Amino acid sequence: MIGSPYIFGRNSTSLVMLKVMLALIPGIAAHAWFFGPGIWVSLLLCSAFALGFETLILLLRGLPLKPFLSDNSALLTAWLLALSLPTLAPWWLYAVGMLFAIVVAKQLYGGIGQNLFNPAMVGYAALIVSFPVYMTQWPAPIALADHALTIVDAFDVVFAGQGAISPDAYTSATVLDTWKTQVRLGTPVETILAQPMFGWAGGLAGRLGGQEIVALMYFVGGLALLSIRLITWHIPLAFLIGVAATAGVLHLIDPTQHASPLLHLLSGGVMLGAFFIATDPVSAASTPRGKLIYAVMAGFLVAIIRAFGSYPDGVAFAVLLMNMCVPFIDHFTQPRVFGHTRTAAKDAK
Amino acid sequence: MSRKLFTFNGGVHPDGHKAVSNATPIRAMSLLPHYVVPMRQHIGAPARPMVSIGDQVLRGQMIGAAEGYVSTAVHAPTSGRVVAIDARAVPHPSGLFDLAVVIEADGEDQALEFQPLDWRNLDPSALRNRIRDMGLAGLGGAVFPSFIKLNPGAQKIHTLILNGAECEPWITCDDRLMRERAAEIVRGIEVMRHALGCRTTLIGIEDNKPEALAAMRAAVPADMEVVSVPTLYPGGGGKQLTYTLTGVETPTGGRSTDVGIQVFNMGTAYSLYRSVELGEPLISRVVTVTGHVAQAGNFDVRIGTPLKDLLAAAGGALPGASGEIVGGPMMGFDLMDSAAPVTKAVNCLIVKNPKLFPTKPIELSCIRCGECARACPADLQPFEMYWYSRAKDFGRAQSYNLFDCIECGCCSFVCPSHIPLVDYFRFAKAEIWEREREKYSADQARIRHEFKTFRLEREKQEKADKFAKAAEKSREAAASGADVVADPDAEKKKAILQAALERAKKAKEAVTPKNTDNLPPMVQKEIDEIEARRSKVEGNTESQARHE
Repeated sequence: MIGSPYIFGRNSTSLVMLKVMLALIPGIAAHAWFFGPGIWVSLLLCSAFALGFETLILLLRGLPLKPFLSDNSALLTAWLLALSLPTLAPWWLYAVGMLFAIVVAKQLYGGIGQNLFNPAMVGYAALIVSFPVYMTQWPAPIALADHALTIVDAFDVVFAGQGAISPDAYTSATVLDTWKTQVRLGTPVETILAQPMFGWAGGLAGRLGGQEIVALMYFVGGLALLSIRLITWHIPLAFLIGVAATAGVLHLIDPTQHASPLLHLLSGGVMLGAFFIATDPVSAASTPRGKLIYAVMAGFLVAIIRAFGSYPDGVAFAVLLMNMCVPFIDHFTQPRVFGHTRTAAKDAK
Repeated sequence: MSRKLFTFNGGVHPDGHKAVSNATPIRAMSLLPHYVVPMRQHIGAPARPMVSIGDQVLRGQMIGAAEGYVSTAVHAPTSGRVVAIDARAVPHPSGLFDLAVVIEADGEDQALEFQPLDWRNLDPSALRNRIRDMGLAGLGGAVFPSFIKLNPGAQKIHTLILNGAECEPWITCDDRLMRERAAEIVRGIEVMRHALGCRTTLIGIEDNKPEALAAMRAAVPADMEVVSVPTLYPGGGGKQLTYTLTGVETPTGGRSTDVGIQVFNMGTAYSLYRSVELGEPLISRVVTVTGHVAQAGNFDVRIGTPLKDLLAAAGGALPGASGEIVGGPMMGFDLMDSAAPVTKAVNCLIVKNPKLFPTKPIELSCIRCGECARACPADLQPFEMYWYSRAKDFGRAQSYNLFDCIECGCCSFVCPSHIPLVDYFRFAKAEIWEREREKYSADQARIRHEFKTFRLEREKQEKADKFAKAAEKSREAAASGADVVADPDAEKKKAILQAALERAKKAKEAVTPKNTDNLPPMVQKEIDEIEARRSKVEGNTESQARHE
């Protein structure tokens, strides 16, 4: 066998994963700033469980630990799941989530690169179906909470349960949750949006809500990934357009039931999903046209699930549903190969 | 200049390392005691040896003749004696041995009398035959016999492209050649233009070679255009350079001539000049020796020079060397045996060391990141082809246009999981070819078998019929009692048959060439003389017979 090429670029899988993790840091910092130190606890726990489960399965499969543990893929999955889950949940919630993400979605499918579904989103979906109550108790923005937790408190809450401090003092429903329940109760839109948590997208001009800043920081991290060409523009753009267009149409039809596209873009998991989750190359479409179809459809599903589904957010289910379609999408969107005529490529199909 | 350039997708920017070897002029090599000249130095059939052990040869003497259409001649690099004709190590990735003529130099380096050709007044077809006998083949690496490429055939060639891109890292032989021998290259290009009858001539050189660009610009006449193209590997691939300069894509499975464009390497143009204007066959080429060597540079190397001698001429490998690469680092291969000689295809010898060429990190799983697809200049989806090649699902691999892969190595270069993608594709292609060969021979065997069965059946039937007829005849004869001979019908049929056979025989004689046809004038003359003598003798005997 010919050995060429004898030279190679400096790129590596662990570097790719590390760069994505670095791009998450602005969002994480904003999260810690606005929602308290709980995020550090959940990140730490998820990372530990991820590496633990990964090690266990690698040992069972008889694979070498070092190259696979150092590829950073389990850590990235852990971070993405931690950022999708409420902080300050009991520790075993993170354990179960990582079990589904790393063991079921990733390793049982053959390990890195072999999974059909986004591991973090499988973990999230398993949790929201199994433990819906825990999944709705999000930390309240520090500015609006009755009681601000320290990092020690956060550890205490996660490991020892909620103890002396009532959860109501530091948790609240999310923006999307509040919107959904109150619209169903018939609360007028103006009253809902007047709540301080809705921030700028709710109409409080000049005052960005915490979740909005976090979303914007994910956006900034995503732009960094685009600028170093680690991801292409297709998926984030198509995903955001899919969400905004669908939400926009629904909003135009009935503004009393459906929130504005801006509120959709800046809340829940949309920004994280657009730049960090839908772009997971293993489970996403790979051709340029395929990426557009995949992401537009995912964005569309997010808005539809938010509007008509029983869960407040829809990013996980939208991404998982589109993961299913990826082989089909890729097959029918193969790009034209150099030297092939456009018509011949069509004939081949 | 003002020419609009086109950018092909993909490509990579490996470190060039050109300065290691391009600072010094092309050096000559002193005469060696032995040269090993392989008969297979080009795509197509190997040349047929024309010398025997013990023969004296002169420099430039043809020692291997073109065999078949896609083939070209091979010549002696110096004067001396043929000491062996056997299998020798050759520069090939397989490390297999191949037929070679070994010449022991006599030190005289005496040349044949080279006859320059008045190519301007020569019919292109005669020119091409001459070029085939001069052993010209593409020196860019593919070594396709040049006389075929200079034959436009039914296709009209409107544009001639000279490839001076030299996009592989480390290699600088074309760079030096252009800097030092631009005028000669241009004269070679003139010959190409004449043979092809094309109007436009474009000379593409990557912009990392400003000296070569300047030298070529100073040397070309007004009707040739030297174009600076961006440095981007594999910008010197034939299809890529054609696209960069003209925006025309070479159709899949075809050649650039299908779209009226022919591409030649710079070194080929130079050798063409030497063979046509000086009459010297292709017996040397410029080779880069670089990497971890004492005196890296370019050498004018006789074809047949053992690579170890070439390496010695460059001062030898430095301590800590870890092997050699023949060709560039992107598409070359490991040298298995340093006794292997320089052939027309060898453009570079790189001495490796672990710092310049570190071992590849271990192969991890594909994460479908698509880096390979973005780097692919053929717009393929390498990770899909890899998936199916690895699973040995070659049909599916092929459906992702495996055979459009030019094996440039960009995908392997960028892969973050360090998967040797090109190796998988070479493997898949080889397997598919092998299967097709097997299928072909199986089909042939089946056809043979079916025909044999059919023939046996037919013979049996014929025998049975014959017996039946004979039996009937004898019964008839027995019935009629006599009159067997007098069957006028049968007699007539026999006569007609006889006449037909005679005619067929004559026709066959007229069609089949005899071994006395198409002889060189010398031999024909000799035969004529023998014939004359024989008829004289015969005449004598006849007259004698009459006398008696």
